[in-house]
Amino acid sequence: MNSPIIELKSVGKSFRSADGSARSVLENVDFTLNEGEIVALLGKSGSGKSTMLRIMAGLIGADSGQVLYRGLPIYGPAHGISMVFQSFALFPWLTVQKNVELGLEAKGMSPDERIQRARSAIELIGLSGFEGALPRELSGGMRQRVGIARALVMEPEVLLMDEAFSALDVLTGERLREDILELWEGGLLPTKAMLVVSHNIEEAVMMADRVLVFASDPGRVRDELQIKLPRPREVEGADVRSLIDKVYGLMTAGALRSGRMADKGVKMGIGDRLPEVGISRMEGTLEILADEPFLGRADLPKLAEKTELSDHELLDIASALTLLGFALLEQGDIMLTPLGLKYAQAENSERKAIFGHQLIENVPLIAYIRHGLVQDPSGDLHEDLFLKLLRFTLSEADTLSALRVAIEWGRYGELFEYDFNTGTLNMPKDEEVAAEQRARDIA
Amino acid sequence: MTLDTLTESAMSERKQFFPRQVVETGWNKWDWALLPMVLAVLVLLAYGGEEMSRPYQVGQALDLSLNPEYLPYYLLRTTLRMFIALGASIAFSCVFAVLATKYRAAEKFLIPMLDILQSIPILGFLSITVTAFIALFPGSLLGVECAAIFAIFTSQAWNMAFSAYQGFRTVPTELKEAASVFNLSSWQRFWRLELPFATPGLLWNMMMSMSGGWFFVVASEAISVSNQNIKLPGIGSYIALAIEQRNLHAIAWAIGAMLVGVILYDQFFFRPLLAWADKFRFEESGSETAQESWLLNWLRKTERTKGIALAASNTLERSFVIFKHNYDGTSIRARPLARSTTPERIWDAVLAAVVFYALWTLVHFIHAEVSWSEVGLAFMMGFYTMVRVVVLIFLAALVWIPVGVWIGMNPRIAGRAQAVIQFLAAFPANLMFPVVVFLLVRYHLNPDIWLSPLMILGTQWYILFNVIAGASTIPTELRYAAQNFGLSGMLKWRRYLLPAIFPSFVTGAITASGGSWNASIVAEYVTWGNTTLKAHGIGSYIAEMTASGDFPRIALGIGVMCIFVMGFNHFIWRSLYRMTENRLHF
Repeated sequence: MNSPIIELKSVGKSFRSADGSARSVLENVDFTLNEGEIVALLGKSGSGKSTMLRIMAGLIGADSGQVLYRGLPIYGPAHGISMVFQSFALFPWLTVQKNVELGLEAKGMSPDERIQRARSAIELIGLSGFEGALPRELSGGMRQRVGIARALVMEPEVLLMDEAFSALDVLTGERLREDILELWEGGLLPTKAMLVVSHNIEEAVMMADRVLVFASDPGRVRDELQIKLPRPREVEGADVRSLIDKVYGLMTAGALRSGRMADKGVKMGIGDRLPEVGISRMEGTLEILADEPFLGRADLPKLAEKTELSDHELLDIASALTLLGFALLEQGDIMLTPLGLKYAQAENSERKAIFGHQLIENVPLIAYIRHGLVQDPSGDLHEDLFLKLLRFTLSEADTLSALRVAIEWGRYGELFEYDFNTGTLNMPKDEEVAAEQRARDIA
Repeated sequence: MTLDTLTESAMSERKQFFPRQVVETGWNKWDWALLPMVLAVLVLLAYGGEEMSRPYQVGQALDLSLNPEYLPYYLLRTTLRMFIALGASIAFSCVFAVLATKYRAAEKFLIPMLDILQSIPILGFLSITVTAFIALFPGSLLGVECAAIFAIFTSQAWNMAFSAYQGFRTVPTELKEAASVFNLSSWQRFWRLELPFATPGLLWNMMMSMSGGWFFVVASEAISVSNQNIKLPGIGSYIALAIEQRNLHAIAWAIGAMLVGVILYDQFFFRPLLAWADKFRFEESGSETAQESWLLNWLRKTERTKGIALAASNTLERSFVIFKHNYDGTSIRARPLARSTTPERIWDAVLAAVVFYALWTLVHFIHAEVSWSEVGLAFMMGFYTMVRVVVLIFLAALVWIPVGVWIGMNPRIAGRAQAVIQFLAAFPANLMFPVVVFLLVRYHLNPDIWLSPLMILGTQWYILFNVIAGASTIPTELRYAAQNFGLSGMLKWRRYLLPAIFPSFVTGAITASGGSWNASIVAEYVTWGNTTLKAHGIGSYIAEMTASGDFPRIALGIGVMCIFVMGFNHFIWRSLYRMTENRLHF
């Protein structure tokens, strides 16, 4: 094996949440990036893969453990490590040429040399002729090319890519990826190793020599997969397809474990993250799953193709469906349960009844909200009560997302209502009337 | 052919627009035309500057004539003052924004400080600082000039500083990270990232400040505080003199000169600047139409100016070499120091101590210098003015919301209206005094009621301005939907138009109410020749005390006004603003 460039040794990172309690994002991560390899990091959003990338970039410091670059500790961004950003992060007021020169200028390089180097980087990445353009004149794909040229001109040993292709449309993203792999294989890049954070499984399999799958809460490397296929790889090739299947399997297995589903014997807790999935997506997926050609059982990559959803969207939907007991995951396949089938075929009102029932059974947060409302004489509770509770275990963004999901689901299941203006959760109106009626009857 | 190559080929057809330096080289005809203009400007600046530092003794009367022939000269002097103040405001804003965003300790102190400073009426500054400035430059006019410039500065700087701070703070995270990854030093970051990002907001506020400056130019040039009576040559003093001598013709001339001034600096300064600053817009969409400026197009065609611009950018880049980061993250120097909370605690303690000391002095001062009943009176006055402000904002809303919505929905009118409204916003209320005094005396009207409209004269335009902006950004689809459902009458306003423009109305009303408080000093205490009319209110209280040079009461009046303005901002505007941010936007 080639020599290591970046090493992480039992690195941990936690962030302070709003109430001051620390929440662990990364725990005990060991990782080595070796010369001559491309490594892909896969994982659900919030699994800490972005944090790990930023620790390596020197943008944030690790709380514990060691970060070594060529055997020496790093405390901030190093010259030999460069980064490409998801939203390009180009300076809109600088021309393409000036954007590419940025890092060289910061280093204090003389104008002549700087211009020369930027020119060749621009040419390498296929942007010649656009030197004088402002970023806003370019399409997304061209902008990301500028972002890559800007990173490459620094002649970095390590290139970090933070979901570099996910803001582009599929075609443009693939094209750019292929171009970069071509340069890499042709030995035209100064770069000795690349680390790619992605949530696109196909992208990871097409690019990487090694795929790391992250588990969340707290983030850690759970699985590692070596890919020995020669590049360029064929997307439709049998080897690639089976690898994609395999990674799907690893990812969904992770979803089960980290989501703490009932079937593994670990019940979900009140303060757990909820998959951010809307009702219509869930129902749409259920219906597609119940129909031809799947008839209740589907290969996840095929389902992704059919539904035109991205991998992480589909994985979120899958974990929501398993959470509610409508589906099961097995070896990268998704299967409808009898209840899921019944749901897919049911009428609207029946669906709502089933949905509401499953929520109470399987989603502790929603059950807890409902319980509070039923007990409370006024029949309404302020959302802050629940937000405070969630903040103990979740980050601010996850807290808001969890409550938002709970509200959307709970509304649909007719378990409670929500007033946006006042931020209160309350009992559905007709139930309240019924309860009053009962109270009067008793009196 | 993939999609990307398609866009690439489409792009390359537009390629000839990009590198202009390569297309045009050599001497060009525009250089000749520009030369006299540049020379003329230089001569004027030198002349104005020389006049500013003439010898002067306190008490000496400065020649001032109502002859319109002198107006161009007065215009030059006034404009020079305003631009110096503007320059100072820009420098202040940048320093303020850097300090407040880089150091938490500074932020803790600076933000509330600015909050207070902006609610202090500018006359307050003038009365406190004029003697100090005169002492600073004995025997020269420069001291008085500085006092006047400082007063103009105080009417321009605060909102610019806030906008710069806001801009520096809201630099997108990814751009910040990119700057870190490429190891930009603080100096490089300031010029390459933070200042460009804050520029559009800063520029917009500069224009607003310039208008605001005109409003107070009379007060700041004709200094009649603490028993001084100095009239610096300028449009403001010209107006003041015209008011003293009841000369309506002169007033008309002054309005004309102001109009010329506004048009000149709009055409020669702001329009080129706006057109140039278009590249700093951050939104990636090109929906907003770019500003056009004939002067900028002209300058861009000229070799000389290109040379100057190039030299400037080269100098900047050379400075980057000097102020660069000399080490990267692998160096021991990048190692984060263990964070100690002690200095922060000490700083907090110092701040608290200063606050307590100030509070104690204040109580002591009030007790010794002015009676507590005087404080009660001042608060009563403040209450009167508050009632005025509230009623006026409400009335202005009634009038300008329908007008603004109508203009905003007609894009062709909206474009032209903008320039007109800016002039109206700059229009000093003082120029209306003759008419008002005449009417009030003639018909024996109650000054408590009829002087009030003067307060909102200059500031109502902010409401109109923002409502127009709000109405013109109503999404077309929403407009079609409203038409489709046949919304009309009250329902149309309640359900569609009012909610749609409410956020921009609130923004405008905040500015308008702040301005009205400030204007109350001018508007509640009005003179025309020997006639003086005054309305009960904190503004007239301050103006009266200022005229008689009663420092303790000036301080009391200013303090009370600050409390009212800040209370207003905190309890009413901010909560309204937050509400609109949460709920009412597209």
